[in-house]
Amino acid sequence: MKVSLFITCYNDTLFPGTGKSVVQVLERLGHTVVFPAGQTCCGQMHWNTGYQEEALPLVSRFVSQFKDAEAVVIPSSSCVAMMREHYVKMAVQTGDKQLLADVESLLPRVWEFSEFLTKKLGLTDVGAYFPHRVTYHASCHGLRSLELGDGPATLLRNVRGIQLVELKGLEQCCGFGGTFAVKNAEVSSAMLGEKVQAILNTQAEMCTACDNSCLMHIEGALHRQRTGVKTIHLAEVLAGSEGDAQ
Amino acid sequence: MSLITFDPARVPTFQVAAKSLLGDTQMRKNVRHATNVIQNKRAIVVNEMPDWQQLRESGRQIKEHTLLHLDFYLQQFEENCTAAGGVVHWARDAAEARQIVIDLVKQSGSQEVIKIKSMTTEEISLNKGLEANGIHAYETDLAELIIQMGNDLPSHIVVPALHKNRQQIREIFKREMNLPNLGDQPADLAEAARTFLREKFLRVKTGVSGANFLIAETGGVCVVESEGNGRMCLTLPETLITIAGVEKVIPRYQDLEVFAQLLPRSATGERMNPYTSIWTGVHPTDGPRKFHIILMDNARTKILADEESRQTLACIRCGACQNICPVYRQTGGHAYGSVYAGPIGAILTPQLQEMHSGQSLPYASSLCGACYEVCPVKINIPEVLIHLRHKVVEQDTQGFGALNPEALAMKAMAMLFMSESRFRAAQRMGRMAERPLVNKAGWVTWLPGLLGGWTQVRDLHEMPKQTFREWFEQRGSKDGK
Repeated sequence: MKVSLFITCYNDTLFPGTGKSVVQVLERLGHTVVFPAGQTCCGQMHWNTGYQEEALPLVSRFVSQFKDAEAVVIPSSSCVAMMREHYVKMAVQTGDKQLLADVESLLPRVWEFSEFLTKKLGLTDVGAYFPHRVTYHASCHGLRSLELGDGPATLLRNVRGIQLVELKGLEQCCGFGGTFAVKNAEVSSAMLGEKVQAILNTQAEMCTACDNSCLMHIEGALHRQRTGVKTIHLAEVLAGSEGDAQ
Repeated sequence: MSLITFDPARVPTFQVAAKSLLGDTQMRKNVRHATNVIQNKRAIVVNEMPDWQQLRESGRQIKEHTLLHLDFYLQQFEENCTAAGGVVHWARDAAEARQIVIDLVKQSGSQEVIKIKSMTTEEISLNKGLEANGIHAYETDLAELIIQMGNDLPSHIVVPALHKNRQQIREIFKREMNLPNLGDQPADLAEAARTFLREKFLRVKTGVSGANFLIAETGGVCVVESEGNGRMCLTLPETLITIAGVEKVIPRYQDLEVFAQLLPRSATGERMNPYTSIWTGVHPTDGPRKFHIILMDNARTKILADEESRQTLACIRCGACQNICPVYRQTGGHAYGSVYAGPIGAILTPQLQEMHSGQSLPYASSLCGACYEVCPVKINIPEVLIHLRHKVVEQDTQGFGALNPEALAMKAMAMLFMSESRFRAAQRMGRMAERPLVNKAGWVTWLPGLLGGWTQVRDLHEMPKQTFREWFEQRGSKDGK
């Protein structure tokens, strides 16, 4: 299958490793990855902070870049949730009927990375090898908006060499919430404190998730507290192969 | 005693209030404990229901239908209630509602009233209004009594004294009821309250209540409570005065079937509510001789006119969103500066107060969606929060407001995202600009201005030397693809 990758603005800039791993996994599975160069941002930050006018043009930008894609894969649950929950409404707001039609036709072809593997391709094992103790954080948007359910954990359980440990309070937010983390820094920190404690209790070497925004938040505290625990996107775990092992 | 005020003119922003409340470790412990207990009970009795999702959908539909035909059902309620001997009054706002109650109490010849727990009377600060007119109100709900005697403010819709523990309650009762030897066991505290309240129930001739549901078809009023003290207030006085927001009406008696299942399971984790009272007008041989009901607007029709946020009015005040909310669970209810705290407060308060003091509330959420998931009538709280954030931005960016640092940053970012070349340039510039802030190990531990909130407790890894798109392009040329 020809897969069009929407990397998202912050993965592009801050987490290129995640994108490389997505490419690696999809190519290993025999698919071709294309990267429309005009892509930038889905508009989530603007929309969720209340800057609707600024977010609207990003809908048509996304559509123009991906309109003809066979499948769009996005390694960020919150960006996919942004599209599924708001793009139709946003397209209506623009008053552009063609845009609305395009959005409605494109959305069913838009997949979060793990969901593409489990639901679109029907896979539970992508042939990965990752000999580490790992815990999985279910990001709120993945859990509630995309209803990823057990999908990501199933993929992880079938990774060879992995020791997957369950995270307590899985349904609880890490406190990131985009601009919430700076607008309400103290409350966000208190929420983060609980999440970090739960992660430390698992004695995992790494915490993984389908969303680098939560992971960046969690990583920030894990590093500040010198815990030695790392964060890693699910795609990077699934990209691991026997060849990587030294 | 709380330092927080609910006076819209003086209430601090959520950020400021939350910051100080986060230092109250005892309060946070109490809130954590209480919300855990209720949440766990709720989960058990909700998960055992095979048709819970259908019930939620029914609840949502009944509320939506009623709100879209509110004029019809309110008039039907008025007609039927009047025919049954009740007197219906209409109040545009809080001041009118208070004045009607004050006048009615004066007419009844009483200088005291007994009250059932009612968020609507809290919303309009009824007790203060009565007090200013020489009328003393006795709260009879145990938690409300604790709040009143402690000169405190409610912090939860269903369990208003949830931020207090037993020892703190004993201290309040000891002092206010003059009981130096009072124990702190639940039975001791309940006995003290019972002794104190019984005398009021038997003596005071006027009762004041709120309402959970107004039944248009019959003109009946329904109050749902746990202690039975409410039923005392509804049956013993000679005059009963009820205040209800206009959104409380439901079409048929039969519709209660849905809410009688949704409400107790969501609110207190009970399968069946202990005391459900329904009365219709007055009866010559039973209950109050006079019954007045005040149907209050107080911004509700304004909310109704807003298509995106009218779902706010479907709320049945169960408090499930408060118990589950990770923000509320950290700060407690007082941080929201309103009798309506938690996620529902974050959307209701700004709309009740015309977005003045409540401006910070739509941002008091990480948009995690847990509130929407537990809401028994499926109010999409995150969606309404985002809608209200847009309204805040519209207000804040008028005139010179367009020059505020956040608005400028957002505009600049939007410009970058609209052009591939500008975005690429910004990525390169970002790497250079952050260089002075990156330490030897490759981490940013301090950020200036608006972003400083991040580095209070978090580090940020430096920007990688190569963006993903740069890598992809380089690789493409290598592979000849």
